[in-house]
Amino acid sequence: MTAPVATFINIGERTNVTGSARFRKLITNGDYAAALAVARDQVENGAQIIDVNMDEGLLDSEKAMVTFLNLLAAEPDIARVPIMIDSSKWSVIEAGLKCIQGKGIVNSISMKEGEEAFRHHARLVRAYGAAVVVMAFDEQGQADTYERKIAICARAYRILVEEVGFPPEDIIFDPNIFAVATGIEEHAGYGVAFIEATRWIRQNLPYAHVSGGVSNLSFSFRGNEMVREAMHAVFLYHAIAAGMDMGIVNAGQLAVYDEIEPELREACEDVVLNRRADATERLLTIAERFRGGAREKKEADLAWRSWSVDKRLQHALINGITDFVEADTEEARLRVARPLHVIEGPLMDGMNVVGDLFGAGKMFLPQVVKSARVMKQAVAYLMPFMEQEKLELGLTESKAAGKVLMATVKGDVHDIGKNIVGVVLQCNNYEVIDLGVMVPAAKILEVARREKVDVIGLSGLITPSLDEMVHVASELEREGFDVPLLIGGATTSRVHTAVKIAPHYLRGQAVYVTDASRAVGVVSNLLNDNSRPDYVASIRAEYAKVADAHAKSDRNKVRVKIADARANRALLDFAGYVPPAPRLLGTRVFETYDLAELVPYIDWTPFFQSWELIGSFPAILDDPKVGIPARALYEDARRMLERIVAEKWLSARAVVGFWPANAVGDDIVLYRDDARAEELARLHTLRQQMTKSAGRSHLALADFVAPLESGVADYVGGFCVSTGFGEPERSDAFKAAHDDYSSILLKALADRLAEAFAERMHERVRREFWGYAADEALDNEALIKEAYRGIRPAPGYPAQPDHTEKATLFKLLDATAAIGVELTESFAMWPGAAVSGLYFAHPDAAYFGVGRVERDQVEDYARRKGMGVEEAERWLAPILNYDPATLKAAAE
Amino acid sequence: MTANHPSDTFEALREAAAQRILILDGAMGTMIQQLKLDEAGYRGERFRTWNRDLRGNNDLLNLTQPAAVRDIHLAYFLAGADIVETNTFSGTTIAMADYGMESLVREINIEGARVAREAAALAQAKDGRRRFVAGAIGPTNRTASISPDVNDPGFRATSFDELATAYGEQAEALLEGGAELLLIETIFDTLNAKAAVFAIERLFAARDLRVPVMISGTITDLSGRTLSGQTPAAFWNSLRHARPFSVGLNCALGAREMRAHIDELSRIAATLVCAYPNAGLPNEFGLYDESPEAMAKLVGEFAASGLVNIVGGCCGTTPDHIRAIAEAVAPHAPREVPEIAPRLRLSGLEAFEVVA
Repeated sequence: MTAPVATFINIGERTNVTGSARFRKLITNGDYAAALAVARDQVENGAQIIDVNMDEGLLDSEKAMVTFLNLLAAEPDIARVPIMIDSSKWSVIEAGLKCIQGKGIVNSISMKEGEEAFRHHARLVRAYGAAVVVMAFDEQGQADTYERKIAICARAYRILVEEVGFPPEDIIFDPNIFAVATGIEEHAGYGVAFIEATRWIRQNLPYAHVSGGVSNLSFSFRGNEMVREAMHAVFLYHAIAAGMDMGIVNAGQLAVYDEIEPELREACEDVVLNRRADATERLLTIAERFRGGAREKKEADLAWRSWSVDKRLQHALINGITDFVEADTEEARLRVARPLHVIEGPLMDGMNVVGDLFGAGKMFLPQVVKSARVMKQAVAYLMPFMEQEKLELGLTESKAAGKVLMATVKGDVHDIGKNIVGVVLQCNNYEVIDLGVMVPAAKILEVARREKVDVIGLSGLITPSLDEMVHVASELEREGFDVPLLIGGATTSRVHTAVKIAPHYLRGQAVYVTDASRAVGVVSNLLNDNSRPDYVASIRAEYAKVADAHAKSDRNKVRVKIADARANRALLDFAGYVPPAPRLLGTRVFETYDLAELVPYIDWTPFFQSWELIGSFPAILDDPKVGIPARALYEDARRMLERIVAEKWLSARAVVGFWPANAVGDDIVLYRDDARAEELARLHTLRQQMTKSAGRSHLALADFVAPLESGVADYVGGFCVSTGFGEPERSDAFKAAHDDYSSILLKALADRLAEAFAERMHERVRREFWGYAADEALDNEALIKEAYRGIRPAPGYPAQPDHTEKATLFKLLDATAAIGVELTESFAMWPGAAVSGLYFAHPDAAYFGVGRVERDQVEDYARRKGMGVEEAERWLAPILNYDPATLKAAAE
Repeated sequence: MTANHPSDTFEALREAAAQRILILDGAMGTMIQQLKLDEAGYRGERFRTWNRDLRGNNDLLNLTQPAAVRDIHLAYFLAGADIVETNTFSGTTIAMADYGMESLVREINIEGARVAREAAALAQAKDGRRRFVAGAIGPTNRTASISPDVNDPGFRATSFDELATAYGEQAEALLEGGAELLLIETIFDTLNAKAAVFAIERLFAARDLRVPVMISGTITDLSGRTLSGQTPAAFWNSLRHARPFSVGLNCALGAREMRAHIDELSRIAATLVCAYPNAGLPNEFGLYDESPEAMAKLVGEFAASGLVNIVGGCCGTTPDHIRAIAEAVAPHAPREVPEIAPRLRLSGLEAFEVVA
């Protein structure tokens, strides 16, 4: 898998005895278990690096550092992130460096004790294999002016890079953030000095980074958290723009720049940027107004707060309101004998109402997922009390309605639908074990056996996943399982489940689940001893019928011979057509594309579909049935979208390329350059073989490129875009915080942004990079309707259903190295929010579906691709017009 | 730890590696097993009265059966190996403590390098092609970042300093005996390897001469991680500062299972990539039984796909395997070392990259 990448790094600061009173207390009391929990908490909340500092006068800091780091190494969920070893004492740093197997960061070294000590420390840091923070500090002291900051950093950089051989990308400068608005005139310029020094460093010291501890800045406003947060947000906004790329920041306590009250924001900006002489006074004056005040929110109707606690919890569940959940849960807990009674009482009652409303079509998926968030947070609140009770009384928990294991199969990375089903099942008191994505069969079986699950649910989006599901089913059979197997996901179908999966799993029953709203009914039927026999019998009868009908329909489908289909290929006009030459040959990489530019290109209709709200956008917002939930979902989505863009939650990257090309039969040959002498790669296409009425051609993508014998110099393009970088980490963090709603929302938005990116990139290709439609001006609706010239078909989709063609495309684009998108063994792209495909420019190029193909074409295709016929049949399984197994049996 | 002069081995190896895929040797242990030595065979005359069992102390054979060890090296050279590894996998005071032989560590390593050089000279005399000896530095039997006591996760049976001292002694003796490269191999705990790198850098500085260092990790099972829990990319980020001549993987997996991880290293490492897998996964008797042909086909595919610069074999491989592998990779060009943009790349158990 690709390493996660980030553009601004939040360094967790709470495992720092100088920064956190609580952590200091835990360490001085030797309570390392609780100290580890602090570290875990930070990682779960999204810290990408954790800073460990044990500089406390009364501590043996070296020993505390070693003890803590050694214990931390045994916790894989914490140890997965890099560690910043933070101390002002070299001996403590060195002791820490001897404990970490990863590549960490030393924080910090400086020229405080002169160049010789600095060189010595730098060499050792290098020998231990760490990166380093260098403080702007020299023999004269800490640098406070712009001039001193840049002079010291420049000197340190030269020594490190030229004398010590330190890699410049491993250097992080901390040019000192000092308190502003202190009333002392010389301090007024501290903010500007840091920001300008940052800009200078990033422009003049190649590859070096800039970091800083932000909380110092607002020291004079201690006690007024709201003003402090606003100052930090304003400062970071400008410092990040100047190039600051790391910071020790309490991410949970940071205001969003755009959401700061405008008057406060301007006052903070005046102070931070030193814009007027009376800036401090003005901030002091208005600061009083914000003292102690929680951020003002829209006045909501809070009448329900006067109701009884049970009714309040129910209201919160139905409306998905988390604001009061802890207080209300606590109040409910105090009224009953055991914390479990809160779950079994008001919470389950509330969820039952939610379930009924959902079943009756009066609530919709996004609302249910929000309800689940309230439920999960309430349960999380009760957990410690239940643990305590268990310890004291030796009690056991009540039994869930059943245990469901869920997984996206090996080779596939898509999990929105699976996550929604998981949440819906949890709402109905099922215990869900979610193994995540790309889960091998062995792991599914192992966990199913160990956890004694009652049901297994498999999900997949791309066609190769169908085969993997068959494999899992056969393995379940082989290993003697008999639990029901649920099949779901975009690529699955009732026919495939009936024909291909169910026959491989006769001990148990495979059941296709259309959508999340059906999942609960299916599972409860399967797990209820009374209903199961009849239910399974009815499914078996239904699947037998489906399989029978499928076999018959198969026989009825007449296909034309591939030779005849080729003779009837589409003959585009290449005689009177001069293919435009792209303005760019070879590839071009876009490393961090502006997300804001993509937002207007979002096609919202599929977004609502992923939440099972059907209707086209924007009409869906006023739909009499689903308008209300659709509107609420849309508002949440827009709000999150703003944060995604403003806070750079995701990074967007793309690579496009164009090559001279000509069609040779059903292949498209790409050449290294316009001399067209050296073949660079060969794209293989598949041709329709269905019967056609007179005058309609049998299409293949190769028809859209000038054939070699025409002598016309033609071109094709290719692309890969992704907006998924950063998504998995943040989605997981939401999930860990019991917020599946935001987690799923983020995934769905990342997918939409990727599609929007593909649309935007195609537009730029038409207008700029290939440039054959420089004057095109279409609005988003016209774009969605594809009212433009040229197409961008993707391997794995109807015009070329073979996913393995992605390998050629990726090689041409060098997509993995260029932008970090990888292909799984089933040719799914990782991160999942990615789109790739080819560009064809001919005015008559159009989308089509290949449909089912015959064995004569498969044999020919396999030969062209240099793969065995059986392998080709495996990849093309969903579109074969014959059953290879039957053919083989007949031949033998 | 200052800049020190590179040995002439660098140029010779680089030149060869630019032309073709280099061949490393196969298993030493498998070949020693075929000698079917008994306790007396291990002891020789010199250790006839040693107070502990010595059968299984393969490194000791450098002293008691030097001709046999040399002949194994020679067999590998003649099968096509450019580089052989010295028979010193356990040649540290830490690993030798099992036999009470800490005081013999220096001699074992010097002799280990010397007999390998002897074999190299014989092979070179035969066909004129230059051969190289890599001093093999094994993982020891202790882990610096994992506790052996499940009830006390903060406990460590060894320390960075202890490991660095032991590795430093071994490396120094290997170089003294004539090793031209150093190979830190079968790394299952990256912190051990970091200690080895630290010690070797110190040694280079003291001698004012550096030799090529090869680094080879071990992905312990199908989880795709080292025993200490790192992914291949995290492993590489942790050891990149050694500026190794090559990075790669060996042991634990057969070529089939190793491929994905080699593929990953091949994409991210701006240095040569080296793979020497086992002869398949162990069968029901714990033996490695993949045939030379079968293994060569898999390793040949590594070469055809442009994943590797150096290949060889680990557990269960023999000169026949190496011959077959050398033939299989011969038609293929060595992997081109990719240009990797300079970026801050960190790691915990997983890799982390800063793009800014």
